[in-house]
Amino acid sequence: MFLREPKAQRCVEKLSKTGEIVQGVLAGDRRSIARAITIIENNTAETQKLNAQIYGHTGKAHIIGLTGPGGSGKSTLIEKIVREYRRRGKTVGVVAVDPTSPFTGGAFLGDRIRMQELSTDQGVFIRSMATRNYLGGIAKATKDAVKVLDAAGKDIVIVETVGAGQSEVEIIKVAQTVVVIHAPGLGDEIQAIKAGLMEIADIFVVNKADRENADKAVMDIQAIMQLNNKEKAWKTPILKTVALTGEGVPQLIEKLEEHKQFLEKEMKHEKSLLRAESELVEALKDQAVNAIIEELKKEGKFEEFLQKILKKEIDPASAAEKLLHRKFKRAASDAET
Amino acid sequence: MQGTRKIRVLIAKPGLDSHDRGAKVVARALRDAGMEVIYTGLRQTPEQIAETALQEDVDVIGLSILSGAHKALFPRIMELLKQKGLTDVMVFAGGIIPEEDIPELKKLGIKGIFGPGTPTETIIHFMLENVPERT
Repeated sequence: MFLREPKAQRCVEKLSKTGEIVQGVLAGDRRSIARAITIIENNTAETQKLNAQIYGHTGKAHIIGLTGPGGSGKSTLIEKIVREYRRRGKTVGVVAVDPTSPFTGGAFLGDRIRMQELSTDQGVFIRSMATRNYLGGIAKATKDAVKVLDAAGKDIVIVETVGAGQSEVEIIKVAQTVVVIHAPGLGDEIQAIKAGLMEIADIFVVNKADRENADKAVMDIQAIMQLNNKEKAWKTPILKTVALTGEGVPQLIEKLEEHKQFLEKEMKHEKSLLRAESELVEALKDQAVNAIIEELKKEGKFEEFLQKILKKEIDPASAAEKLLHRKFKRAASDAET
Repeated sequence: MQGTRKIRVLIAKPGLDSHDRGAKVVARALRDAGMEVIYTGLRQTPEQIAETALQEDVDVIGLSILSGAHKALFPRIMELLKQKGLTDVMVFAGGIIPEEDIPELKKLGIKGIFGPGTPTETIIHFMLENVPERT
């Protein structure tokens, strides 16, 4: 019994520490913001407490997602976008996501290289995040890190992700405005369509527009976009930028502002509802799956079925069905008694 | 799912030399050892390094320098870290640093100094031994 007490006390201490960090975040303290994001990344018992306290203070920032293939100039463009926003008196948070190595669990986070001159600007906060092997490409923690920056009072929060395969589709769950960036010479524009990038773009940017085949790239994309745009209230514009010199960046900011206003007028509620729904569904999935697995493990059923799957006695989907059926039947009979 | 804490390391090159092979080799080795390595590129000012360490909430900073300016730059970096309250961050250094300067740098709080030819395993081992505990 007496073992319990110190543990309870530790809990209280931890809570107040989380509380302090949250207070710091709300006051815009940089150290607290950094710590809060670490707590989110490490996904411990503290994480949920922190997220819960942050959530009520979010919803003010314009959250912009920027995605596109490696080498298209995302980081360089973000640097210029941030500068332009700063010129206009806005504060900016950046979350740059890079992949975790599936083999070693380590990560090389190099997005700051292009943004280092911004690091001493007190109105800018940049954080590099690794995907830490969560499915979906964007670190699961990204969403919550964005909320921390939002709660800390940043006017603009930019999320940068590498667009390859499924990951960039995830970004619509995080960002209000999605900018898809492409560069001529990276390959066929058809690749961009295949990757599902076209549908999610609120603004399409052809970067490195000083290259000779830039106009052709724009025309190709325009041809496809026109079909996509036909029935949409927001017509995805295609802009040209040269991130290295900053050419075209003010125009991009104008479009970003326009889209923000469009959202506020036309579909803020709809989009917020969608986002809230997807977050609730994901949280339910997460917690339900974890709870079920934990219980099955306790009963030894998890291991038992794992072995059966290994021996090819049953396939994984059927195993899941059986396990869940058992579980819910029991839950139902529990409810009856 | 409960995650685990990852060691986050900032590999930074202060000063004006542009020899980053060593820094990149170390960054790569640490990544392969399962750490998250933030690499910021060449010619970083002490202010940039300290502020990056703060924003990225790193456990460790590795400084690579081959210009000979370590006696000017390292004290400034250590001072800024202290000012920002980053006293629980472990700092190590590598590059061309003369033997006779090492005691002075260690007094500043730089935990380990590794010259050319140091096997990366030595550095990884050193880091795992010395990475500060966090509550």
